[in-house]
Amino acid sequence: MFTFGPQQPKNLEGYVGFANLPNQVYRKSVKRGFEFTLMVVGESGLGKSTLINSLFLTDLYSPEYPGPSHRVKKTVQVEQSKVLVKEGGVQLLLTIVDTPGFGDAVDNSNCWQPVIDYIDSKFEDYLNAESRVNRRLMPDSRVLCCLYFIAPSGHGLKPLDIEFMKRLHEKVNIIPLIAKADTMTPEECQLFKKQIMKEIQDHKIRVYEFPETDDEEEMKMVKRIKDRLPLAVVGSNTIIEVNGKRVRGRQYPWGVAEVENGEHCDFTILRNMLIRTHMQDLKDVTNNVHYENYRSRKLAAVTYNGGDGSKSKGQLTKAETSDDMSPLAQMEEERRDHVSKMKKMEQEMEQVFEMKVKEKLQKLRDSEAELQRRHEQMKKNLDAQHRELEERRRQHEEEKGSWEGQQRILEQQKLDASK
Amino acid sequence: MASTEIARQAGEGARAVPLAGHVGFDSMPDQLVNKSVNHGFCFNILCVGETGLGKSTLMDTLFNTKFEGEPTQHNQPGVTLKSNTYELQESNVRLKLTVVNTVGFGDQINKEDSYKSIVEFIDAQFEAYLQEELKIKRTLHSYHDTRIHACLYFIAPTGHSLKSLDLVTMKKLDSKVNIIPIVAKSDAISKSELAKFKIKITSELVSNGVQIYQFPTDDESVAEINSTMNSHLPFAVVGSTEEVKIGNKMVKARQYPWGTVQVENENHCDFVKLREMLIRVNMEDLREQTHTRHYELYRRCKLEEMGFKDTDPDSKPFSLQETYEAKRNEFMGELQKKEEEMRQMFVQRVKEKEAELKEAEKELHEKFDRLKKLHQDEKKKVEDKRKSLDDELNMFKQKKTAAELLQNQAQQAGGSTTLKRDKERKK
Repeated sequence: MFTFGPQQPKNLEGYVGFANLPNQVYRKSVKRGFEFTLMVVGESGLGKSTLINSLFLTDLYSPEYPGPSHRVKKTVQVEQSKVLVKEGGVQLLLTIVDTPGFGDAVDNSNCWQPVIDYIDSKFEDYLNAESRVNRRLMPDSRVLCCLYFIAPSGHGLKPLDIEFMKRLHEKVNIIPLIAKADTMTPEECQLFKKQIMKEIQDHKIRVYEFPETDDEEEMKMVKRIKDRLPLAVVGSNTIIEVNGKRVRGRQYPWGVAEVENGEHCDFTILRNMLIRTHMQDLKDVTNNVHYENYRSRKLAAVTYNGGDGSKSKGQLTKAETSDDMSPLAQMEEERRDHVSKMKKMEQEMEQVFEMKVKEKLQKLRDSEAELQRRHEQMKKNLDAQHRELEERRRQHEEEKGSWEGQQRILEQQKLDASK
Repeated sequence: MASTEIARQAGEGARAVPLAGHVGFDSMPDQLVNKSVNHGFCFNILCVGETGLGKSTLMDTLFNTKFEGEPTQHNQPGVTLKSNTYELQESNVRLKLTVVNTVGFGDQINKEDSYKSIVEFIDAQFEAYLQEELKIKRTLHSYHDTRIHACLYFIAPTGHSLKSLDLVTMKKLDSKVNIIPIVAKSDAISKSELAKFKIKITSELVSNGVQIYQFPTDDESVAEINSTMNSHLPFAVVGSTEEVKIGNKMVKARQYPWGTVQVENENHCDFVKLREMLIRVNMEDLREQTHTRHYELYRRCKLEEMGFKDTDPDSKPFSLQETYEAKRNEFMGELQKKEEEMRQMFVQRVKEKEAELKEAEKELHEKFDRLKKLHQDEKKKVEDKRKSLDDELNMFKQKKTAAELLQNQAQQAGGSTTLKRDKERKK
């Protein structure tokens, strides 16, 4: 027996030391290491691989490990590359998932299907690992973020873009990017961005949203980023010297488009947001929202299947399931329902049985009573007849007696007369 | 260059690449910490020990505050658990602390079942978490975790050895919770006695196979301090919320005529060590151990009990869906069987009753037949009687008629005879 008290805030009179908890958490997380799975989707030639290399300042795709764009693909593939990077004592297992061939065919219907299948299969792996009886440390290979590359046409989203985002926005955090932003002037870019955001809203596509915070400074920064969505980026593998500084950039006859220059493109914003400030939030949204959606749909399907199969036996099983329970708890409740229904049925059957038996017994009793009555009646009748006969006999005897008496007198007279 | 768990897991398939500059993901731990701090922490302590060992006082001293509760009496009929939750804040860290106390532990004459309520309580918290985890629509990240992270076991300062109640209870709890044994009210023992007592306790725990919580030594930053502390277990503590002036400072202490025991003086007792280990260094590890070891063990046992397996007889792994479907089919089959059984039972009863009633009916028919026969016999008798009476009457009538006829004739003859006689007389 136990009782839970209400929660009360308490004031401490002195330093206890649990303010050190965050440090403990920090220590443990460093020891564990981190992992992140990033997906890039877009047509060939939009600079996806270059952007990845720029983001992570490494040659993820190099001559030894050529990027998917260098391999000719006939159908849409989903390929992953895993690298281990280390910085400041923090190890990160980075998985980049690429989709070569996306949007490259003449007929691109369903080119998003391999992508959806891949994301779902990772959710499935995680769900199975989470549901095992013996659980080990679960590797988390779920896709945490999808960078969608929009071609810099200047005219708004293509039907393929809209279709893809509509199908994926409830499975993964989508961050739409305008690729090769150095082909547009700032004004063109501004217009293009407005156009895209309007179309996204019109089609009710939910791209990744930055969380609200209580911190004013942070909110200001978040607002600034929101105004510049979708981010227009430029990537580069080459380092060029500009004004004595070595920067990544693209060299043109008319100048150098610097990757990390905030006035040239939004790359820095992307990197800061993706890696330096919101990586954890992307993980959380994937875990708490996208994965949970997948899981609850999967588990609800299991219970509904079971429910349908038993319809043949009819009334005794509950057709609705409540999402607020585990499938096992639901079965428990169904069992309880079934038990009470059976009890009721049993009672009813018992009642009917009793009633019928009573009826039959009553009938028998009635018959018996009737029989008895008739017998009594009959007996009475016969007795009456007996008595009647007795009476007649008596009379007859009397009569006979008196006649015989008379006869004797007459006889006597005759005898007397003949003397 | 210690390899992390992630790195170990990556194994083949991941190659290490150098970075050509500062990318910035070294802020990941900070991001994680920020999220945790925003979310708030929670910690649940269970204090097990006999009444009067100073459990509540120690909690007050540890957390520098006055928690609820009045001292309990010794007349409790059984062991109950009382818990209180407090929201504490220190700098920017919010902690939801739940303190659970055993009430009436060790007070009964028969203590065989004392440990049961404690085990039930701990299991109930695991069960609640498991149920939440198994739900279809679940909200794990906002779930208030009530699982016990640390169990402080209070040992009475007898100076001799552990009581059998202590051994039995700790043995039942060691696979369910992190046990930290402490010697309570240790100002009743002298230093030399204490050393002997600690050795005796440790050896008894070892020889009885009781697994107490060991402070982790795998993380270099804390390995050293943790291993030193491990050797000081069990901690001998003194609790006090009263302050005494020593020198020019007010310190928590207990004042005796022969001197003052200072709670935070490491020469006087191990209170500081306990606070250091429990709160400042290993709180997170205690939470982690509870989740990854004790809870997983409970979960595994519970699922196996319910018939879940990871692989089928051919060692192929089951998918979650298959498992649930199999369970469901089994369940449905069971229900159907029960239904059938009940129907059969009724059919049987009906048959039996019918047979009974048929018997009764047959008897009644026989009775009816008997009575009918009886009645017929009686009727025949009456008929016979009537017939014989009628015959007699007829005979009599005939006789009477014949006699009358004769008489008439005789009279006539007599009349004529009389006439003749008269005539003859006259002649």
